[in-house]
Amino acid sequence: MNLQVLTYITVGITFLIYIAIAIWSRASSTKEFYIAGAHVPPLANGLATAADWMSAASFISMAGIVSYMGRDGSVYLMGWTGGYVLLALMIAPYLRDFGKFTVPDFIGDRYYSQFARMVAVVCAIFVSFTYVAGQMRGVGVVFSRFLEVDINLGVLIGMGIVFFYAVLGGMKGITYTQVAQYCVLIFAYMVPAVFISILMTGNIIPQLGFGAELNDSFGGGYLLDRLDGLHEELGFAAYTEGVRSNLDILFITAALIMGTAGLPHVIIRFFTVPSVRAARKSAGYAILFIAILYTTAPAIAAFARTNLINTVNNAEYVSMPGWFKTWENTSLIRFEDKNGDGLIQYVADAEVNELTVDRDIIVLANPEIAKLPNWVIALVAAGGLAAALSTAAGLLLVISTAISHDLLKRNLMPDISEKQELSFARIAILFAVCVAGYFGINPPGFVAQVVAFAFGLAASSFFPAIVLGIFSTRMNREGAISGMIAGIVFTATYIIYFKFINPAADTATNWWLGISPEGIGTLGMLINFAVAIGVCRLTAEPPQEIKDMVLDIRVPGKPD
Amino acid sequence: MQKDDNKYWQENIRILTVLLGIWFVVSFLMSVIFVDQLDAIRIGGFKLGFWMAQQGSIYVYVIIVFVYLKLMDKLDHKHHHDEKDILAQEEAEELGQ
Repeated sequence: MNLQVLTYITVGITFLIYIAIAIWSRASSTKEFYIAGAHVPPLANGLATAADWMSAASFISMAGIVSYMGRDGSVYLMGWTGGYVLLALMIAPYLRDFGKFTVPDFIGDRYYSQFARMVAVVCAIFVSFTYVAGQMRGVGVVFSRFLEVDINLGVLIGMGIVFFYAVLGGMKGITYTQVAQYCVLIFAYMVPAVFISILMTGNIIPQLGFGAELNDSFGGGYLLDRLDGLHEELGFAAYTEGVRSNLDILFITAALIMGTAGLPHVIIRFFTVPSVRAARKSAGYAILFIAILYTTAPAIAAFARTNLINTVNNAEYVSMPGWFKTWENTSLIRFEDKNGDGLIQYVADAEVNELTVDRDIIVLANPEIAKLPNWVIALVAAGGLAAALSTAAGLLLVISTAISHDLLKRNLMPDISEKQELSFARIAILFAVCVAGYFGINPPGFVAQVVAFAFGLAASSFFPAIVLGIFSTRMNREGAISGMIAGIVFTATYIIYFKFINPAADTATNWWLGISPEGIGTLGMLINFAVAIGVCRLTAEPPQEIKDMVLDIRVPGKPD
Repeated sequence: MQKDDNKYWQENIRILTVLLGIWFVVSFLMSVIFVDQLDAIRIGGFKLGFWMAQQGSIYVYVIIVFVYLKLMDKLDHKHHHDEKDILAQEEAEELGQ
C-alpha cells in the first residue's frame, strides 16, 4: 500500500480512538472537569503523566539535539527526568493531600493572599502559553511532512481534535486520551529504535546496543569509539566529551530539573488520583514510562549520527539514497556543492562544509535511513501527533482552570454556581485553543528562546514557593511573595537581556559567572529561597490555622 | 496523636535526606562535576561518566522513586496511616458522633 494512504489510515484510526474516549468520558461536574473526579488509578495516571510530559519536542527533536550536542545533550536527558524525583518526594504527595484543584489554589490558600494567588495565575498562564504554541506548530509540521497537507490546515485539524475532547471531557477526557496517546507514541518511538539497533549492532535493546560493537558491515569496533573517531576526523569535538563548562552544564541541568518540578500542568496530574499513596505510586509509574523514551533517545542519537556520517561524508551526491532526496525537498537537508567536486563534504569547518541537516531529521527520517517498512513510517507520524496533542491538551486545561477557577471563582466572582463555573471553564478552553492555534499558524519567531523562559520561570517562582509551603510552617505571606517576585524579576531580566535586548552579547564571555540564560533559573531559584527566608524572619508568623493546615498535609489523610 | 505525627514527619525527612542525597550525587557529582574523572573507567563500549550522564542517572531516578514508595508504605504502616487504617478511623469517628 502506498505510504501516504497508510499514514492517513494510521493517523485516522488514532484520532477515532481519541474521539471515542472523549465521548465515553464526558465531565459533568467541576471536580470531574478539573481533576477527573480524583478517581484516576495510579497506573493510568502514570501513563497520562508520561504522555502529558513528553511533547513534540521530546518525541521529534530531543534525539536530534542530543545527536548534535554529544555529551552536553545530557542536560536535557537528566533535566527532563530528574525533576520527577523531586516531584515524587517533595511535592506530589503533599499537594494531593491538600486536595484542591490547581497550583494557584495551593499558593493562594497556603499564603492566605489573593495577591499570591494572582502571581501564581499569571505565571501558570504565561508558562503554559509559551509551551503550547510549540505543540500546535508541531502538529502542523507533522501533518505537512507526512500527509502533505498545508501546515495551517494541519494546525486547524489538531485544534479541532484537542478542542473536542478537552471541552467535552475536561481533565477526565484528557486523562484517558493521554493513556491511549502514550501507548501510540512509545510504540512509534521504540519500533524504529529497536530495528536500527539490530541493524547496526545486532542488539535488540537500543540501550545496550548504544554501548555495543558495530556489525562488520558498519566497520566493527565499539559504536561510541567509532563515533568519536569520525568526529575527530571531521573536526567536530569528540561525541562523548563536553564543550560547555561544567558549571554551566550544572546550572542548566538544575534549572530544567527544578522547572519540571514546578510546572503546573505536571503537578495537577497528581491531583487526579484518589489518595496520597496513589500519588506516590503514579509518580513512580510516570518516571518509569518517561525513562523508557529518555534512555532510548541518546541511543538513537548515537546510531543516527554514525549512520548519517557514514552515509553522506565524501559520498557522491548523485548516489544518495531515496530518503536524502525526500527530505531535501522539505529543505530539512540542504546540500551546496561549494568546491564543485560532486562529493558531499560534511565537516565542522563552516567554510568547507557543504551539508546542513536539520536536527529533527534524526527521528523523522530514522525509519527511512534504516530502510524500515512503510507502516513504521506511518506509525512515527501518528506518534509525533500523539506526543504533541497530549501535551497541548494538558496545558490548555491549566490555562482554562487558571481562568475559570483561580481567577473567577476564587477571586473575582466567588458567588457563581458550579454549573456556571463549568461553563466558564469550557469557554476558557475554547479561548485557549484559539490563541494556541493562532500561535501555531503565526509562530512568533521567539518560540525557541521562550522555552528557556518557561523553565526558568517555573524554577524561580513555583518551585521554592511550593517546597517552602510544605517544609516550613514558619514561611509566611510576605516571605513567599517577595521571594517569588525577586526570583521572577531576576530570571526574567537576565533572559530578556540576552535573548531579546542584546542577543549579540549572548556568548559565554558575557554571561554573568559564565551561566547561560538557559541555566539562570537555578540562580533565580536560589535568590527566591534566600529572599523568602530573609523576609520571613523579619515579619509576622503565619496565622495558626495555616500552620495547622501545613501539619495536616504532611500526614496522609482520607482517600477520595 | 500530635507527637506521633511529629515522629512520622521526622522519619519522612530522614528518608528524603538519604534519597535526595543519592539523587544529588548521581545527577550533579557523577554526571557533571566528576564526569571526566569517571570517564577513565570503561564498561564495555561506555565510558562511565558519559554513561552516567546519558543512561545511568535516569535508571537511578526510577529506582529512587520506587524505593521511596516502599519505604513510605512501611512508615505509613508503622504509624497507622495505611489507607484502610485511615478509612477505619474515619468510620469510628463518625460512629462516635
